[in-house]
Amino acid sequence: MSASHENNHPLTLSGEMQRDTGVIINKCYQCGKCSAGCPVATEMDYPPSLVMRMLQTDSPEQYEKLLRSMSIWLCVSCEMCLTRCPMEIDIPTLMDNMRQKSVRAKKTNPQAKKIISFHKSFLDSINITGRLYEMGLIMDYKMRTGAMIQDVAVAPKMFVKGKLNPVPEVIKGRKKVAAIFNRIQR
Amino acid sequence: MKVGFYPGCSMKGGAREYQESVSALAKVFDIELVEIPDWNCCGATAAHNMSKELSLSLPARIMALAEREGITDIVVPCAACYNRLSVVKYELAADENLCSKVASIIDLKYDGTTEILNIIQFIDKYIADKLAEKVVKPFDYKAACYYGCLLVRPHSILKFDRVEDPQSMDVLVTKAGGDAIDWAFKTECCGAGMSVSRTDTVARLSGNIMKDASDRQAEAVVVACPMCHSNLDMRRPEINKFLDEKIDIPVLYISQVLGLAVGLDAKTLGLNRHMTDVKLPLKPVKEVPGAEMPQKVVNTQKMEA
Repeated sequence: MSASHENNHPLTLSGEMQRDTGVIINKCYQCGKCSAGCPVATEMDYPPSLVMRMLQTDSPEQYEKLLRSMSIWLCVSCEMCLTRCPMEIDIPTLMDNMRQKSVRAKKTNPQAKKIISFHKSFLDSINITGRLYEMGLIMDYKMRTGAMIQDVAVAPKMFVKGKLNPVPEVIKGRKKVAAIFNRIQR
Repeated sequence: MKVGFYPGCSMKGGAREYQESVSALAKVFDIELVEIPDWNCCGATAAHNMSKELSLSLPARIMALAEREGITDIVVPCAACYNRLSVVKYELAADENLCSKVASIIDLKYDGTTEILNIIQFIDKYIADKLAEKVVKPFDYKAACYYGCLLVRPHSILKFDRVEDPQSMDVLVTKAGGDAIDWAFKTECCGAGMSVSRTDTVARLSGNIMKDASDRQAEAVVVACPMCHSNLDMRRPEINKFLDEKIDIPVLYISQVLGLAVGLDAKTLGLNRHMTDVKLPLKPVKEVPGAEMPQKVVNTQKMEA
């Protein structure tokens, strides 16, 4: 797919995304089925079909709006948009790509703090123990967001039902998993 | 018979009963589930949201470890883990350069030879044929089979069942003696990993699912994913608050439904661990002629309405 770009012209924004994800943004003809089926479109600042249109403009201003949007963080990766898209455009992969770029460029929407904190706490747990330690995740998340009282009422019942482990499961190869994180961050 | 097993993190914690019921069910059919030694977390939503390389490497390590053990089939009961493993297997098979890059990141040999089975594919392959002869207590309830997102999407990669109106779980519930009802929310999203960071969104999405199940007189919702279960079961207080009504329909894993049907007791299947109490109404035995059957009354009303 990159063959057509192997000249000296700088890549357009959508061309760059196509190179990184393999998704051809210009295939979208704005039928709107993605936005109709998206379970969180009503909460988004830009619903999926509008995200596609904004990307098609190749305008840095529009792209900047997307990196700073809530839409990219509200997307739950349910894959409904891709499933119903008549052109089979992989919008969830574009969302992943923009989320990663938004974090790297430090342009994340302030209102997405809780969502991003959850992801970071989740990955921290894997980095340390090799697995997700649910209680550790929640404690770490609370420290990051200050949501100290959230869900405290549900915890004792979960504990009684055997759903909360007081101690984490630490795998033998946890250093090997940590090494994976290190190699990627380098 | 031995089959590789990837429980995933949920089944060691919040979804303990899912593992208990899957293991108990496998035992009934003389299947030994062999846990992949030293498995790690698949990375779930967090990894693919934050880092493409991480989202490929974590599942790749799991599959590489399984290959090293000579495991050919891996049962992955968590729909989210199943989805991640399947997608990574697909992406690495499609791109040789990416595959060798990931292999060097995980520092393991990776061939992509393992078969990834979700819970329904596992049951279909190893259990379904022998199910009928083992059913001693038919699960005689109206059940809404809820598949969620990650079990069936994206179809181009998973190639499992229909995307909008899947049937595989309905078939199993029917085989277990249940009445798998027709309903509209089989593959609508429950809100997934937003349970903690955006509980109100989960209450709305899961609320709509429970509302439709309730409107169609479902007596149980049947799931195949710990995340769906936790949203529909543990978030019930938030759901009921959103709907402004009290829905007390229990949410059961498919392994629990089949387990009950083959005569396993509630405790072995971990039914006591659900946050929404599993109170299934007692039904008169079907064979008794002329017995008053409460569910028939419901049926008649529905037909007249």
